[in-house]
Amino acid sequence: MGAPRIVPTRGIPYPTGDPSLDPAAERAWRRRLVERALEAVATAVTAPTVFEVAPAHA
Amino acid sequence: MGRVVHYVNQFFAGVGGEDSAGQGPVLVEGPVGPGRKLDELLGDEHEIVATVWCGDDHGPGASAEIVELIRTAEPDLVVAGPAFTSGRYGLACARVVAAAAEAGLAALGSMHEDNPGLDEAGAAPVVASGEVARRMGPSLITLGGAAVKLLAGEPLTAEDGRIGKVARRSVLVEESSARRAVDLVLARIAGDRDATEIPLPRFDAVTPAAPVADVREATVFLVTEGGLVPDDNPGSLESARATRWLRYPLEGDTLAPGSYRSVHGGFTSVHANADPHRIVPLDVARELEGEGAIGHLSAEYFVTTGNGTSVANARKFGIEWATDMRRSGARAAILTAT
Repeated sequence: MGAPRIVPTRGIPYPTGDPSLDPAAERAWRRRLVERALEAVATAVTAPTVFEVAPAHA
Repeated sequence: MGRVVHYVNQFFAGVGGEDSAGQGPVLVEGPVGPGRKLDELLGDEHEIVATVWCGDDHGPGASAEIVELIRTAEPDLVVAGPAFTSGRYGLACARVVAAAAEAGLAALGSMHEDNPGLDEAGAAPVVASGEVARRMGPSLITLGGAAVKLLAGEPLTAEDGRIGKVARRSVLVEESSARRAVDLVLARIAGDRDATEIPLPRFDAVTPAAPVADVREATVFLVTEGGLVPDDNPGSLESARATRWLRYPLEGDTLAPGSYRSVHGGFTSVHANADPHRIVPLDVARELEGEGAIGHLSAEYFVTTGNGTSVANARKFGIEWATDMRRSGARAAILTAT
């Protein structure tokens, strides 16, 4: 829809969460999303750009 | 003679305002309210034989019932509106013409292009109305002209005021697609930027803001369209078709479950209510602020409901947010979208 910087998440009802995870893992996932968003706002873009969160290595 | 059945809400039927918004559909003979003028505009050839009206709270969910009533008047054409930018009325009009078209009736709606109902008109055409009821006169002229054309069996085009999704129709043309494609390229080279066989929907092109030089020194705002508000919803945020946005303080390190809830009507809010951080990530944002990864977190968050919200309102909210954030010295915003 034209948002310049987009971090994809896992579900409409919980953009910064994932109820399928245990609370500690969910909080870690949320932190990675916000960290990725901070990287996104510090990155120059010229058009709508998706900033995927790298899969966990755990 | 073409038989036209007109759909309006309780207000335009002259029955009442919000006090009558809960009323179910009623059929009356002949034109009512704006239908009288519309009837004149249809000329001697056609006639509004009946009007069906329904209360605004009831209408959007009652299209099947409404179309059943409309059917009893044996229409050649069903006309709904003008609904201007009225949310409930526009939704009702759109769903009535969609259901009528599905039932095999010719149908036509009228509303402003920012009406959230526009996308729900299904296979039925919609023509543009003004933004508010003050534009009734010109809106009825457009609607009447389009109705006469449909009754004559002609399709509607943008010149008739048609808006919204247009169904693609198969047509036979002389030239092959290869030749037409080359012609379009030549037209473009010659300076025609608009020539196309497939018009695409128009969205605003937003120029991305320059990147933040150093997030560790910046104030970062949290914003959401997920409808997360203090539990008693003190600002009366709507669950759909929001007309407002609100600001609430971000205090402490967490948002306590039970103190916040999402009023968004477009998804199940069970997960958000169990842990509000699933919509507004204050816990980890505060942690990152404490570690120095974020300069400052905003002292408040902005919230609206992104559920059938009109483009015009969304644009307005965005402008107000940006102005407000700029004034506060913020350099970036994280907007959680549901």
